[in-house]
Amino acid sequence: MAKRPTPTEFIVERDKDRCIACQVCVRMCSNDVHIYDADTNTVTSDNSKCVGCHFCETLCPTDAITIKKNESSFKPNANWSVSVISDITKQAETGGVILTGMGCDKPYTIYWDHILLNASQVTNPSIDPLREPMELRRYIGRKPDKIELDYNKKGKIELKTMLEKQLKLEVPIMFSAMSYGSVSLNTCISLAKASHELGIFYNTGEGGLHKSLYKYGKNTIIQIASGRFGVHPEYLRTGAAIEIKIGQGAKPGIGGHLPGEKVSKEVSEARMIPEGTDAISPAPHHDIYSIEDLRQLIHALKEATDYEKPVGVKIAAVHNVVPIASGVARAGADYIAIDGMRGGTGAAPKVIRDNVGIPIEFAIAAVDARLREEGIRTKVSLIAAGGFRSSGDVIKAIALGADAVYIATSALIALGCSQCQKCYTGKCNWGIATQDPYLTKRLNPEIGVQRLKNLIRAWSLEIKDMLGGMGINSIDSLCGNRTHLRGIGLSDRELEILGIKSAGEPQ
Amino acid sequence: MKRIRIDEKYCMGCRLCEVHCIVQHSKTKNILKTYMGECSKPAPRIFVEEKGYVTFALQCRHCEDAPCLDACMTGAMYRDKETGAVLCSEDKCVGCWMCIMVCPFGVISRSSDKKIASKCDLCMGEDMPVCVKNCPNEALKYEDSKD
Ligand code: SF4
Ligand code: SF4
Ligand code: SF4
Ligand code: SF4
Repeated sequence: MAKRPTPTEFIVERDKDRCIACQVCVRMCSNDVHIYDADTNTVTSDNSKCVGCHFCETLCPTDAITIKKNESSFKPNANWSVSVISDITKQAETGGVILTGMGCDKPYTIYWDHILLNASQVTNPSIDPLREPMELRRYIGRKPDKIELDYNKKGKIELKTMLEKQLKLEVPIMFSAMSYGSVSLNTCISLAKASHELGIFYNTGEGGLHKSLYKYGKNTIIQIASGRFGVHPEYLRTGAAIEIKIGQGAKPGIGGHLPGEKVSKEVSEARMIPEGTDAISPAPHHDIYSIEDLRQLIHALKEATDYEKPVGVKIAAVHNVVPIASGVARAGADYIAIDGMRGGTGAAPKVIRDNVGIPIEFAIAAVDARLREEGIRTKVSLIAAGGFRSSGDVIKAIALGADAVYIATSALIALGCSQCQKCYTGKCNWGIATQDPYLTKRLNPEIGVQRLKNLIRAWSLEIKDMLGGMGINSIDSLCGNRTHLRGIGLSDRELEILGIKSAGEPQ
Repeated sequence: MKRIRIDEKYCMGCRLCEVHCIVQHSKTKNILKTYMGECSKPAPRIFVEEKGYVTFALQCRHCEDAPCLDACMTGAMYRDKETGAVLCSEDKCVGCWMCIMVCPFGVISRSSDKKIASKCDLCMGEDMPVCVKNCPNEALKYEDSKD
């Protein structure tokens, strides 16, 4: 066999003075890195298989393992980096597309890190969230432009305006779409139960709904994607809202592919496809080729659910996101979810993940500005998604114009995910992105729910602190209030698109 | 009494419970010394069973109607009045292995160094048995149970 250099990414360093040969690592690594030798009662490793998920390191009872980056390297080269060389080598061997998981890891500018928040001093007192009430509740859905009143027969004033169906969020954060199939049922249960207890929503992705998840329907946004997997009347009726998925930030413009190995009996039931068959979602919806078509589907879904549920549309942040979002709003969507280029995925061609789309910061700012200009901002809610790492990112997104934020990667990290990007292999050691029954049980939903709740609670407390510092007592008053933001290290053009002033410029 | 409950749905089969059980019943209670320094390390008193992808850890159930208590001819096996745990007193045990034969769960074994029976003692003196405390997926719970 032809042999070419394929660099080993990680080195499993085992401290011989600490390793007690208990074999916990041997049993636990799904990539078979650790090897036990009974003759010598020692454990060795096959470094080439390690994906750097840190599961063994976390479990080793004597802290004998350290997973290190392989320093043996090719000659440093900004253009021909190690990852470029290994990708080319792999492709020369296989002739195939390079797959990856999770969001874009290229060092494009993260604009959140170039935006600063305001705080009150002297002239406008700040608020102490421990002493005064602080409102984080948000409503997602179409709002009336004005409120109409009328006299009723008895001559009393009565409200004439009817409010469209809204999603009530106790915190402006929701769990973004992750399908059962791409993630394990225990992951879905953790997300669903945590949403239920937090008063927020999670999203089924295009995986349909497992029978054990129906009871969380009130906190579920059900998705309809191009493959129409798992869509049936009961499914539509169960969700609190319906989301038509047009695109995803990690892979705009292409469809999805869940390999047959991941389509277990239960996944096949939830998706309503035969067991073991590949679940392929086409790139476009074959019944949506225009805004008019989208309008038809939105209204068909509303009709099918007696106008009782908001219907939203999820699109990827691409160059034309502004006119597209405006069209989606006019097509009658109750909310638009925009997924930026750093959004995660269970599997995507690496070249697409890393090169297609635009950052969510620009998309939110530009879409919010355009909808305001066109006078239709109240007709639709905006949900921002794609790589939100902290409460700081969340609050900046809201000040830029988002009504709420979708998080997924950070939720998975809370569950244990180490960002090894191997989700597409189905061998996730943390029991998240896998259907292997030996691995899925590693995520105990009881622990999962608690960790997700802790994360959202922590972010809520921080958001309250930041709001209080700005002298604001309700998240509503911050939405689209860009005067609270300043840019740092950005060009005039970038500031202009973000619609914010530079640090140092007063109001 | 408080018993250890096993949730086999979430047992990963890592066997850390066995490791920590061994350390807890060693002379030094120090993991490195137990495995590398002491001349004989104790046998685990918790056993991880495996079949296919199903794994679970089993230790003495501290049965209400414990057959080992009846089978023991020297009275070495006894029930602790305070906690209700079934314990073996080392100085009375003569190593006849009757208890091993009658235990329906197969969770009594021979001690690794002495000719006496070895079984789960719920880590007497600790707030919580070490297997429960160290299970990384909380598949073991220490809870009050009626029977
Ligand atoms: S888990 Fe740690 S102590 Fe046990 S065999 Fe592996 S490296 Fe050694
Ligand atoms: S468990 Fe993860 S980090 Fe440890 S050796 Fe296996 S792949 Fe590498
Ligand atoms: S979900 Fe699992 S496989 Fe995917 S990046 Fe996280 S740890 Fe790795
Ligand atoms: S420590 Fe917990 S998960 Fe590991 S084998 Fe024991 S009971 Fe199972």
